[in-house]
This record gives sequence, C-alpha cells and structure tokens, in this order.
Amino acid sequence: MANISIKNVTKSFGAVKVIKGVDLEIKSGEFMVFVGPSGCGKSTMLRLIAGLEDITSGTIAFEGKVVNALAPSDRGIAMVFQSYALYPHMTVYQNMAFGIKLGGATKEEVEKRVRIAAEMLQLTPYLDRLPKQLSGGQRQRVAIGRAIVRDPKVFLFDEPLSNLDAALRVATRLEIAKLHHSMNNVTMIYVTHDQVEAMTLADRICVLRDGYIEQVGTPLELYEKPNNLFVAGFIGSPKMNFLNGKFAAPYKANSIGVRSEHLEFVAKGGWPGKVIHAEKMGSDTYSFVDLGMTEPAIIRETGTSRHGVDAKVSLAPMKDKVHRFAVDGKSI
Amino acid sequence: MSSVPENGTPIRNELFAGRVRSAWLFLTPMIVTLLIVAAWPLSRSIWFSFSDASLGHFRDAQFYGIKNYFKTITMDSGAIHHFGVLVDPAWWNAVYNTFRFGIVSVTLETVLGLAVALVLNANFKGRGFVRAAILIPWAIPTVVSAKIWGWMLNDQLGIFNDILLRLHIISEKIAWTADSNYSMFTIVMVDTWKTLPFMALLILAGLQQIPGDVYEAAEVDGVHPLSVFWNITLPLVRPALMVAVIFRMLDALRIFDLVYILTPNSSQTKTMAVISRENMFDFDKLGYGSAESTVLFLILLITVIAYIKIGRVNLEGNN
Repeated sequence: MANISIKNVTKSFGAVKVIKGVDLEIKSGEFMVFVGPSGCGKSTMLRLIAGLEDITSGTIAFEGKVVNALAPSDRGIAMVFQSYALYPHMTVYQNMAFGIKLGGATKEEVEKRVRIAAEMLQLTPYLDRLPKQLSGGQRQRVAIGRAIVRDPKVFLFDEPLSNLDAALRVATRLEIAKLHHSMNNVTMIYVTHDQVEAMTLADRICVLRDGYIEQVGTPLELYEKPNNLFVAGFIGSPKMNFLNGKFAAPYKANSIGVRSEHLEFVAKGGWPGKVIHAEKMGSDTYSFVDLGMTEPAIIRETGTSRHGVDAKVSLAPMKDKVHRFAVDGKSI
Repeated sequence: MSSVPENGTPIRNELFAGRVRSAWLFLTPMIVTLLIVAAWPLSRSIWFSFSDASLGHFRDAQFYGIKNYFKTITMDSGAIHHFGVLVDPAWWNAVYNTFRFGIVSVTLETVLGLAVALVLNANFKGRGFVRAAILIPWAIPTVVSAKIWGWMLNDQLGIFNDILLRLHIISEKIAWTADSNYSMFTIVMVDTWKTLPFMALLILAGLQQIPGDVYEAAEVDGVHPLSVFWNITLPLVRPALMVAVIFRMLDALRIFDLVYILTPNSSQTKTMAVISRENMFDFDKLGYGSAESTVLFLILLITVIAYIKIGRVNLEGNN
C-alpha cells in the first residue's frame, strides 16, 4: 500500500533531456498505465520510480517520504522486466527464492512464499526447471512470481507482454488483471506502447509524449474526452478520423475528429465519397472511404456492409460525437 | 535437418549428394593442411622416438624399440641400470617444473584476468582505448619481450633492481634470472605480464554475454554486490572462463621461448619442451628428445581430457 507522488521530475542523459518536468499523483492500490509512442520517456519514468536511474531534478515520494536517494531494494518495489531478466543458471524455484533468501527470510518462510506464488501462477510443476526449458509465457509468469514473493508495495511492469505472441498476450493480460484484483492493496504501474493493453488493464492511464504528460485519466475519460489531437489519435483502434478545412468549418474548429463507430452512411447530405477498401472482421466491417483528404475515413458497421468497393456513398457523424480541436491541437 | 527420418539414415537424393560434395569441397583444404603441418610432423616425431635417429642420420634411422623410453643394462659386475625417459630424473624434474609453472601462472592469470575484465566491463570514458592498449604486451613477440625483460631484470644493470634498491625494498641486487631462488618466480611474473591481456579479453567477451537486465533484477532484489559476483557473474561467465583456462593451460604446459631466453640451463625452470629440444639438438639425441616430445604430447592430451571431463566444459557451443 503506497501512494506515489511525483513532483516536477526531470531526467537528462548527458545533454539529452528525456523527462521534461512531470507531475503525477498515483493513488494507493491504483493500476496506473504509462502509455505513449517509443521514445516518449515512459520506460524512463518507470526506471526513475524503481530507482534504477537517478533523478536529475524534482522529487519522487512514496507515502509522503522522498525516495530520491533510496536504493531500489529499499523502496518496497518489485519489477517485471520486458525481457523477463531471469537468472539463467537458476531453477524456477531458485529464481523466485534468491532475493528473499538473501533478504534474511527463514528457509520455511522462503519455501512457503515461493509455493504460494507458484500455485497462484500455475508454476508448481516447473519449479525444478531452468528458464531455458520454459516457454515465453511460463518465463513471464516466473518473472511475475519472483516479483510477488517480494511482497511489494509497488509493482512495476516494463512492457511485460511485448515478447509474447498475440494469443498468449491476451491470456497473460487477464492473469495480470486477476493479480491486481487479488492484491488490491498493491499499487501497480505498467508501461506499454499498446493502447489496447492500457485500455483493458488501467484504472487510470497516463499518456506521455516527448517527456511530457499529455493527459491523465480513466480509460473512458481519455476515449470520450481527449485533451488534444495527440491523445485523440493515440487512444482507440482504429485511429480516430481527423478532418479539417471545409469539413471542420461548420463546427467552428480548425479540425474535427470522429471515431469510426460514430460515422454512419446517410442517403443524402453528409460528406460524399467512394469506398476504396473494406475489412471484414465478421462481427464488424471497417469500410475505408475516400473523402478527398490525404487519408481515407474509416467507418465501422456491425456485421456486414451494404456497400461494396467502389460504391458511391455519403457519410455523416452522429450527433454530439464530433471532437473539435483548435489550431494548437487543444480540444475545444 | 528435416530430411533425416526416424531411424537416423538420411534420405539419399540429389540435394543430399550435392550437400555432401560441397562439404568435402570446403573441408579438403583444411584436412590437407592439417595432414601436412600436424599429422606428418607428429607421426615423424613418434617414429623417431622408437628409433636410434640422430641429427646426422635420421633418414636411415633404425627401429630401436622402446629403448628411448626404457631400457635395462646389466653391467659386467652384475649391477643392473635403468635408462630412458621414463626413469630419467632430469625429465621428471622438467615435468614437475612445467606443472608448477602451469598451475601457478594460469591460476594467477585467471584471477587477475577476471579482475581486469570486470574493470574493463564497467562503463567509463576512454574504455575503447584502454581495451586496445591492454593488448600490447600480448602483441609483442615473446622473444622480444623476453629480451626486454631480460635486460630490465639484469642483476647489475637492470632497472628492476635499481628501483627496488631506491625504494629500500631490497638491500642488495638480486640475480632474478640466474638465482635459483628467484628464477621460477621471474618466469611466472613475465608470463603473467604477457598473457594477462589475452585472458582478460577472453573473459571480457564472456562477461559481455551476460544480459544487463539480470543485474538490474538483482538490484531490485537487493542482492549485495559481492553476492551478485559469486551467485550471478561467476556462474554465468564460467563457460567462457573454462575455455580460456584450457587455452592458457595448453599454452603454459608447452612453454619454451620465455624459459629458453630468460633462464637458459637453470634446472629450476627447465620445462618439458626445453629439455626435449636440448636433447634433440644440443646433445644430438634426436630419438631420445623425440621420446620426450611424445610423452609431452601424451601428458598434454591426458591433462586436457581430464580437465574437460572434470570441469564439464562445453566445447560444442550449444546449450
């Protein structure tokens, strides 16, 4: 149980400024996801919280106590690395026991904690195996198990699913969500570049770009009320349709954005265009409509579409579902 | 190898035959070279060891049985004398010297090499330059560096004695290479100076195979730096370390040039290779020297096989 308070934190590597002044309050027991494109500083933020990197300026406090000068092992954290970072020459059991054994726990205590974590992650049959004898998903579970046995106040995940295949990613995502429910006092911070992971796991999402926070909020807040063009474009799949010029003028904005599910085909009026491609997903159909902009607009229909490729169609946004943006990209 | 069925015999087809042909094509130059530079001289040497060859007549050398290794002569007086390499105290002294040198110098080089490698593995400015510079002792031909050291260690004119005298570490000049108390120490010291870089770079290559995030995981786990070294670094660098030790051990057990130049004719330092050359060329006993060479070869072979078995060294390169 720990709330984390980040105040005006910056981080430079030599002359390169990576984090340019971040303020953030993470509540105790919260699942916070840092999301953003590569190079936005999200992993650096996590490493600053972990203590694996030194803070250039500003403070990070756990429960009101500044931890800037505290070693990672003294912060009450556990971390799951992207590459798992398992000790290759130790068995699954040894990997999980190593840290706490050296931390002074008794043999029975170590044994008990490892058994409980292994049970929780269905790793019991593999305790005597070496990491190289495990699949990617099992290795990731060992890494999570090693973190659990430390009984941390703060759980840090650095892109833990990015080395897994798509099916395993969904399954492990569920495991992590369940883990969060079962350890509801533990604060979790999770870094990803995948906005689907962010949307599905987070209590709150922190969108980072270029060393700054763009917006912090619950997944639905970000989805429904993005602060600016960047967040609007980054959250949601497929990407929000952006239109400007004559499309935006009637809405008294520099540009407007409409999500694919908020566009509909209309008989008359609306924006005229031509269907150039259709992706049939079974449950939905995504039609790509050329409206004369550089990018085609994407419209989602449930089930199959009435309109084939090359059909002349007319699109209109649903009422109150248009996002308006000013010249500087901010939402109006 | 999808073309290998259950019972292990490959399917014979055109593609397979083509692969076999190109394998032979690529292997032949190496096999021929090895036959010329290794198999031929080695088998000649073994043949000479069973003959009465000398420098003057080795083309028409006669088969001599195992007499170079062991023979018994009964004197007219009835006394029985044994001769041959296997009962030659000078030879066994050389074997002792060689192993003493090999074990001490390789141990020293391994420990120091590991220390240097750990330093070179750290991040600091000018690391690339230091890594290149440290190779210099190893790049100098042994004959040259042995001569340089010979001069520096000279008992009357050498800089080594001069410095130690000025620092009051010694009270009188020491004949580092000639004094039997110091000659082995001197050989070990110069050899360590020379081969430490090689050892350090081999170990460094092993250290660089260890992924950095493992150390970060240990940092989060709160593992003490000494424990990180014993429980993580050492086990993970062990395979590279074991191979480096084999290379050095093979090299050390057949040491010749350093001893021959720095301390010629000292029974304290005379090694197997030195004494075998001495018999072949100085005493014109080609057969006897060859017998010593052959025993040297067998000793090396046994040592390396034992080391690989005991140390469970993986030379195959797979996991």
